Amino acid sequence: MEKKTLFDKIWDAHVVRSVPDGPDVFFIDKHFIHEVTSPVAFLNLEKRGIGVLYPERTIATPDHNVPTVDQEKTIKDKLSRMQVEKLRDNCKKYGIELHDLGSAHHGIVHVIGPELGVTQPGMTIVCGDSHTSTHGAFGAIAFGIGTSEVEMVLATQCIMQSKPKRMRITVDGELGKGVTSKDIILYIIAKISAAGATGYFVEYAGSAIRNLSMEARMTICNMSIEMGARGGVIAPDETTFNYLKGKQYAPKGEAWDKAVAYWKTLQTDEGAEFDKEYHFEGSDIEPMITYGTNPGMGIKVIDSIPTTEGMEGSNKASFMKSLDYMGFAPGEPIKGKKVDYVFVGSCTNGRIEDIRAVANFVKGKHKADNITAWIVPGSREVEKLAHEEGLVKILEEAGFELRQPGCSACLAMNDDKIPAGKYAVSTSNRNFEGRQGPGARTLLASPLTVAAVAVTGEITDPRDIF
Amino acid sequence: MPYDKFNVLKSAVVPLSRENVDTDQIIPARFLKATEREGFGDNLFRDWRYDVEGNPKPDFVLNDTTYSGKILVAGKNFGSGSSREHAVWAIYDYGFRCVVSSFFADIFKNNCLNIGVLPVTVSPEFLDKIFAAVEADPKTELEVDLDKQSITLLSTGDAESFEINTYKKENMKNGFDDIDYLLNIKGEIEEFESKG
Repeated sequence: MEKKTLFDKIWDAHVVRSVPDGPDVFFIDKHFIHEVTSPVAFLNLEKRGIGVLYPERTIATPDHNVPTVDQEKTIKDKLSRMQVEKLRDNCKKYGIELHDLGSAHHGIVHVIGPELGVTQPGMTIVCGDSHTSTHGAFGAIAFGIGTSEVEMVLATQCIMQSKPKRMRITVDGELGKGVTSKDIILYIIAKISAAGATGYFVEYAGSAIRNLSMEARMTICNMSIEMGARGGVIAPDETTFNYLKGKQYAPKGEAWDKAVAYWKTLQTDEGAEFDKEYHFEGSDIEPMITYGTNPGMGIKVIDSIPTTEGMEGSNKASFMKSLDYMGFAPGEPIKGKKVDYVFVGSCTNGRIEDIRAVANFVKGKHKADNITAWIVPGSREVEKLAHEEGLVKILEEAGFELRQPGCSACLAMNDDKIPAGKYAVSTSNRNFEGRQGPGARTLLASPLTVAAVAVTGEITDPRDIF
Repeated sequence: MPYDKFNVLKSAVVPLSRENVDTDQIIPARFLKATEREGFGDNLFRDWRYDVEGNPKPDFVLNDTTYSGKILVAGKNFGSGSSREHAVWAIYDYGFRCVVSSFFADIFKNNCLNIGVLPVTVSPEFLDKIFAAVEADPKTELEVDLDKQSITLLSTGDAESFEINTYKKENMKNGFDDIDYLLNIKGEIEEFESKG
């Protein structure tokens, strides 16, 4: 029998037909939409005079531009309000399930999908958002698409896709103290670069990955796009099944047993071939932080910013432009740099486990005076748990400001902006120029490192203050 | 939606040699708050093009009248990051019909092909030749021939072929998008879905 990778098994089962010297017609099981990348898709459906083929396969929530204060009131920003209202109108018109602001399951689309149990192994999942790769943590093929493709999925439940190549990244061994899944993925991206997996779909494997919780696996798959990959997948196992069991949309009773039996087949066959493989040792990974303007520009917190030795031409020029933007010099240590803001949140690290990690760390401590600390839960469910577990009290006593769920300062479409020139250490996914506000300087790190920075007011190794 | 057919494009170029240009630079998130696809070109490369007061920055290439044309030539790993199609809408709306680089991010490339902007991947050496030629003479023209899958630097005659699959090529030549194809096989899709 042909030996297949997990990725091949799921992909091949969703090909309606292959176009000769062209893409596959690729069937989509679940489609998530939000207010920013869907309005033009709906508008085009209207222009064409066609409807939504399978409305029950699409789930909506407003997350990108929503305010994180006073969500119960009318949105002040006119354009944001129009987008959210448009989403409501379109969901009503076409019969699409909407988790609106203030409802029990409102939140960032990549946080609520798994929480609701919509995300399941073996599925194909798309959304007009590149961090759709998050859902790959469940053994699903999940990736971001453009608005034209959102329109295609609404109209036909399919998109035209050429099959990516296969890459496997194996991380074996134990992780050291203070090292989290965020450090694993920042380490991998620093090793293979921000474009190192372009053209590939990645499977993450190895004992260090297998030992991670679902939340931690989601953090890894989430950032697959930051090395250019279409997506990342982790084979489902007992951790996956335990997470899903009892969730609202998870199968129940006999259907559950049948589903689990199928999910257990979703493994890469022994001897199946990948187009590219990388191996890393968990013990080599230490707390990481980025110093530049793409997620590949990352180092260990204890290391110095690279020098320009060996760099040439446009490579060197691009590197220096990055450092100029950040206000850093080649070769200087990153530890001890003053910071102005910390942000805990986003589809990368806005889950309950992340909030717990930060709360445990700052318990009985207080943020430094020079720090403004925002904590934005990924969903209402996360917010509710954080209250119930007493985490909110701990965080507020430590000087953190808790806001309401949304994408928030990860991309600063709402008012949660880092001012120009200020430094933010953030649990989010992108350190691009201006990502957190025009002129803002972003350093990406794990929730633990962010907590340590909040307490000291400067770039800090979390292991120094355990 | 339907777009202008693409056959042969002969044009001067706008050079942007910087590498790893992400879609947040092409169009920052705060300009994505529209419900229609109009006017995005005004905010193309917004924060590189204008200062905080909205004054053009003279050192940015789009503000330099020496350069013009329908072809944007960019450093490697162009279009990384967010899947926002608005980035390509901004490029199209500004007046570009073709982007040339030695390496494109996947989603960006798909988005280009879906709305009628031709992404042309050339070798790093050819890209360097283009940048050098444009630096020597800003009026240097490129000719991009979709049918022949060739790109030619007219001042020197240097040429390269580029890849595009037959399906996408025919779409671009005719101004079709994928949805036309998908709607034509709706019955087959419904049958596939019902087998669940």
